[in-house]
Amino acid sequence: MHEFALADAVMKAACRAARDAGMSRITSVTVRVGELQQIETALFEFSLSEVLPAGDPLLEGARFVVEAEPVRFHCRVCDLGFGRGDLEGEGTDDALEAMHFIPELCHAFLRCPRCGSPDFAVVAGRGVTISAVEGEDSPDAGPT
Amino acid sequence: MPGPLDAVDPRAAVVEDRLAGVGRIVAVTGSKGGIGKSVVSASLALAWADAGRRVGLLDLDFTSPCSHVILGADEGFPGEGFGVDPKDTAGVSLMSVAFFAPEVAVPLRGDEVAGAFLELLAVTRWGELDLLVLDLPPGLGDIALDVVRLVPRVEFLLLSTSSRVVLGSVERALRLLTGLRVPVLGLAENLQQGNDQGVSRLGASFGVPFLGALPYDAGLEDALGDPGRLRATAFFAAVRRLAGRLSG
Ligand SMILES: Nc1ncnc2c1ncn2[C@@H]1O[C@H](COP(=O)(O)OP(=O)(O)OP(=O)(O)O)[C@@H](O)[C@H]1O
Ligand SMILES: [Mg+2]
Ligand SMILES: [Zn+2]
Repeated sequence: MHEFALADAVMKAACRAARDAGMSRITSVTVRVGELQQIETALFEFSLSEVLPAGDPLLEGARFVVEAEPVRFHCRVCDLGFGRGDLEGEGTDDALEAMHFIPELCHAFLRCPRCGSPDFAVVAGRGVTISAVEGEDSPDAGPT
Repeated sequence: MPGPLDAVDPRAAVVEDRLAGVGRIVAVTGSKGGIGKSVVSASLALAWADAGRRVGLLDLDFTSPCSHVILGADEGFPGEGFGVDPKDTAGVSLMSVAFFAPEVAVPLRGDEVAGAFLELLAVTRWGELDLLVLDLPPGLGDIALDVVRLVPRVEFLLLSTSSRVVLGSVERALRLLTGLRVPVLGLAENLQQGNDQGVSRLGASFGVPFLGALPYDAGLEDALGDPGRLRATAFFAAVRRLAGRLSG
């Protein structure tokens, strides 16, 4: 359920980025959702498109594109690259829940499938990032 | 220029929002390990709560959290609503990674510490608080620097002991913080046994207020985990005076 707080963060960051770039209207926001955090997509999309845009006029008519990003790990000890599917089992419910709140806790629960080390990097698919904000310039936004 | 802006981390945009209802934010540090930062942080929060203030406590020692042990918090995940709710523990709103990962080691590198910290700041819903206490891990590493960088209005409370080993480290911390123009509320001495003036002299040499001494209390260990017994210790009586001095 804390998907709402994450959606709220996306919304505010998109508006801030758009204002900094002199946009008068946001037409679309592309959000990448990493597999590691296991966001409940329906709830997240609902918050993004139905609930939150009312808070900022910049978002009127904006479209949200949510893209899933598979998680990729890289072991710093044995150099193995691996994904979720390479891990043994799904992890306990508590472990999944913990990583849902704080993805970095993967280091407490997951291990490199080759050497067993927790010292791996999450190279992709950690959590929520904004990959693009598109919009229209303010008419009064200076000459260019 | 119209066109796609790329790769924005959404979390940083809401940190101020999430802390908007919080009055003062006090970070407890001392750079040296094991000098009582955690017992002082938790006891300060408890003393303020006892005095009727709305208080939060954020345990930022991700690899060895212990605020939940000191205050005797319930186990299990915190509640979720709009975000994640801190757990009410003896009147203190407590947030700790220990709620998510009890009994397992959390080996994190620097950028991962920063990532976990930012995530916690972005999702924790503190609500209205008069004071938020941050219990920092030892050292002036990733967390301390991120507190300075990310947490608006933060003020530092430095802890020291009279040992020369600790004083030297605290002196370096003072030099760094004052050089960065970070507000330093003052310096308190912990584990006091003799009547050494080393800590107050160190404060004076930086123009930083000396806020008093907390005695070494052999009865503290047995009181940990039980707020009722903690309140009855000589250590807590001294923390209560410190709390009064800081908020008065
Ligand atoms: N005034 C005191 N009297 C007696 N024992 C104390 C006192 N202050 C701290 N201690 C004890 O010293 C130990 C270390 O305290 P604490 O964990 O609070 O230190 P810390 O600075 O937070 O350590 P770390 O650097 O690992 O975070 C604990 O067992 C605590 O109970
Ligand atoms: Mg500590
Ligand atoms: Zn490996």
